[in-house]
Amino acid sequence: MEEQKWDQPMGGFNAASRSQMAEAAAGGEESQRTLYPYVTGTSVIALKYKDGVIMACDTGASYGSTLRYKSVERIKAVGKHSLIGGSGEFSDFQEILRYLDELTLSDHMWDDGNSLGPKEIHSYLTRVMYNRRNKFDPLWNALVLGGVKMGPKGAEKYLGMVNMIGTHFEENHIATGFGNHLAIPILRAEWSEDMTFEEAVKLVEKCLLVLLYRDRSSINKFQVAKITTEGATIYPPYSLKTFWGFSHFENPAQGAVGSW
Amino acid sequence: MAKFSPYENNGGTCVAVAGDGYCVVAADTRLSVGYSILTRDHSKICQLADKCILASSGFQGDIKALQKNLAAKELVYEHNHNKKMSCPAMAQLLSNTLYYKRFFPYYTFNVLGGLDSQGKGCVFTYDAVGSYERTGYSAQGTGAKLITPVLDNKLKSPNPLILPARDAVTPLSESEAVDLVKDVFASATERDIYTGDKLEIVVINSSGIHREYIELRKD
Repeated sequence: MEEQKWDQPMGGFNAASRSQMAEAAAGGEESQRTLYPYVTGTSVIALKYKDGVIMACDTGASYGSTLRYKSVERIKAVGKHSLIGGSGEFSDFQEILRYLDELTLSDHMWDDGNSLGPKEIHSYLTRVMYNRRNKFDPLWNALVLGGVKMGPKGAEKYLGMVNMIGTHFEENHIATGFGNHLAIPILRAEWSEDMTFEEAVKLVEKCLLVLLYRDRSSINKFQVAKITTEGATIYPPYSLKTFWGFSHFENPAQGAVGSW
Repeated sequence: MAKFSPYENNGGTCVAVAGDGYCVVAADTRLSVGYSILTRDHSKICQLADKCILASSGFQGDIKALQKNLAAKELVYEHNHNKKMSCPAMAQLLSNTLYYKRFFPYYTFNVLGGLDSQGKGCVFTYDAVGSYERTGYSAQGTGAKLITPVLDNKLKSPNPLILPARDAVTPLSESEAVDLVKDVFASATERDIYTGDKLEIVVINSSGIHREYIELRKD
């Protein structure tokens, strides 16, 4: 045991030694902590627009490389003012929804005319994710939290993200997973302040289409949700039109010089 | 299979320079992960007390937890002692807080800047587990090794090796120090991929705290 400790590289613990120590201490029990994700959702995209926040994602959940579930709702309303979208391990997302249920319930039971806004819920989720990470038992998700709440300066829009180790930030547009690489460049170029709902949906669909073409875990069944001062609306799922009529796809062997 | 690591480096650089009667604390506002930029507008600077500013770079989850932790402890101190914490007191508290997590560290690289009880500028520089010293200036983070040699050259602070030990603060004026900080960040931005977007500069002097932002290269 002592030898192992001194052999560890500088810079703190790694999960392997930790679980070995836990095993030794607990008398040989297997680690009960999350080691890897099993059923996962892919990207979630969100952006602020004139009336509030729009969030969208596909309705698929993969089991490794199998597209296991095709009608999964990965965006949910939280309280009166927020939407949460989750990518990553779906069971952990469901667990988070249970935590949020408890949170919103006790908030409601105060019955004091006050209700948790998106900023507060984002802060709560950040603490939850960070504390689970501290225990080496993370909730394997990247969460997007968006909402609108009336404040002293009028309707205050909020959009933020938190990932499985507690990294969090606020922005005008958010994307998780592959969306970070494929959708964010589009959003950075084409997002503007105070877009109308139609413009925002068009922009979101543009991103979803790119993800559909290029992210192999994405499916052609999407849900768009919006949150405004009037409340949350999650629209029924729909598909996007794709285009495959490129000349190269028509006769792929045409220019190929083959020996077989 | 994805292996869980509890750390990631979100990049960024922090600099602090102390002068006679002022202190400049500056940090870029880029938050990165891997080769991606998460956001261009995230502050790394936290005001802990009247004359005490903390700038941290490293893993952002730990930075937030650390800054929250210190702000809470400062409030408790205020309630117990009926005054705000002084910068040297906060310096010791930060060191203790970091060492408390010696065996699962806060992956944070901090510079603490402010005015001491005599009103002179002070800068404290830390490693991730709490070893610290008071200096006249410091840089931490991904761009630190690009910036420190320039500060060594330009600040005209007394050589730390000569005896008797001399006060480490720079003889430069406040505006000269601020200009120098802007320059070093512009240079670091050129070569460090994790530094850029915007620079947040906070200046503390006897008249209070003043904040300004300047644009940096976004590539």
